[in-house]
Amino acid sequence: MNPGLKRFLGLFVGALRDLAPIILVIAFFQIIVLQQPFPNLDKVIPGLLFVVLGLALFIQGLEMGLFPLGETMANAFARKGSLIALLAFAFCLGFGTTVAEPALIAVAAEAAEIAAKGGQIPLTTDAQATYAFELRMVVALSVGCAIILGVYRILKGWPIQYFIIGGYILVIVITNFAPPEIVGIAYDSGGVTTSTVTVPLVTALGVGLASTIKGRNPMIDGFGLIAFASLTPMIFVLLFGMVM
Amino acid sequence: MLDWIINIAHAAISTGRDVLPILVILLGFQFLVIRKKVPNFKKIVIGFIYVLLGLTLFLVGLEQALFPLGETMATQLSDPDFLGAKGKPETLQWHDYYWVYIFAAAIGFSTTVAEPSLIAVAIKAEEISGGSISAWGLRAAVAIGVAIGVSLGAYRIVSGTPLPIYIMVGYIIVIIQTFFAAKTIIPLAYDSGGVTTSTVTVPVVAALGLGLASTVPGRSPLLDGFGLIAFASVFPIMSVLAYALIAEKMAKRVKAKKVASSLGSEA
Repeated sequence: MNPGLKRFLGLFVGALRDLAPIILVIAFFQIIVLQQPFPNLDKVIPGLLFVVLGLALFIQGLEMGLFPLGETMANAFARKGSLIALLAFAFCLGFGTTVAEPALIAVAAEAAEIAAKGGQIPLTTDAQATYAFELRMVVALSVGCAIILGVYRILKGWPIQYFIIGGYILVIVITNFAPPEIVGIAYDSGGVTTSTVTVPLVTALGVGLASTIKGRNPMIDGFGLIAFASLTPMIFVLLFGMVM
Repeated sequence: MLDWIINIAHAAISTGRDVLPILVILLGFQFLVIRKKVPNFKKIVIGFIYVLLGLTLFLVGLEQALFPLGETMATQLSDPDFLGAKGKPETLQWHDYYWVYIFAAAIGFSTTVAEPSLIAVAIKAEEISGGSISAWGLRAAVAIGVAIGVSLGAYRIVSGTPLPIYIMVGYIIVIIQTFFAAKTIIPLAYDSGGVTTSTVTVPVVAALGLGLASTVPGRSPLLDGFGLIAFASVFPIMSVLAYALIAEKMAKRVKAKKVASSLGSEA
């Protein structure tokens, strides 16, 4: 058999194994707990095939495209030695990938609705659209800053825990001053900002940088960029809620 | 058949729109700042196409097959009729919702195992740690964290207790664990919080939260529906730190046994 095909078949089986738990959970609750027939099997079965095939292709593409590209660029930046170019790249990567994130667009729209119902902004579609747009910009800006800070930390080799613990304390303190309506959205916004394409790229960038720079350990210094990107949006959105 | 083609086209466009800014940034910096040839450029382009195609198929399949089911199930499980309080939803206690908590844990665990971003990070972690962190072990640890988190988050919505208290206690536990954790696992553990909540988990978990908040009496979907994602981001940090601690202890014990047996054989 063609080795490429054989490899892909392996990935396909792996994807099937990854999805088995979801299928089992849904089947169990549908048939045993809710005791209802399985609806739309004509849609569910081809849909599941798509999911398995899609996951196998994604992982294949990850190892061929996203990982090598992230590492090549990290190496190129490290060898070029221009701090400003690297930090500009870090900011663009954080800002650019977040601003278009569909999950964030959805969350921002809901936040605007809450603010309008709470009387913080006028109850018009215009005011809500402006509010949602500003909120998205704030989150994207915060992720851009997070990646800058995270990359700078890798360059300096500072331990991550001081930043994250400091961030947590800041979140707890600001929560006490923020309007209660914004708290749920702010806490959720940390999780929704990192998309499936961003995570592999940012991880490859961090690990690539930590492997290229002398004296850095990829395990200790390479990871952590995503952690920054999930923490700063909480702080920025809470502040946004206080100012607006 | 036609609606499938339309769905795929829609998903392809929205995935493309997602990836476009990333592509512009990567190419912009590659050609304007780095100005060096990319090795294996053709292979990387093919890889990118695979990623786009894979994500598109993945999302279409999820939207057709799993999301609608997940959403209706969340509503059905929290329906007072199903819970045996027909017409009198206010008589329900928090423990009457036990199927909801079990469902929340099961769906949190299983969606996390299938999460592509987490698979990516787990592959990298195994590669870099030289296999001392197994990709499967990490994914299982994260999935257990999400399961506990989402289940507790569902309890919070049902009981109506304030969100910040849970998150604060979560942070305090993470801070304490950090002091006892090995230095090499800390960044990875912190990352795993943000990585888990992505393509698969967010829509399903968000639907669960909104469904619960709209069926439980006295809850507003707008105010109480949020927060599940936050639970799903904090708890994996704890479970990964705990996993690392246990893995380290077991490795030490195995080592100690080996040393002891080799000493024994020498004697």
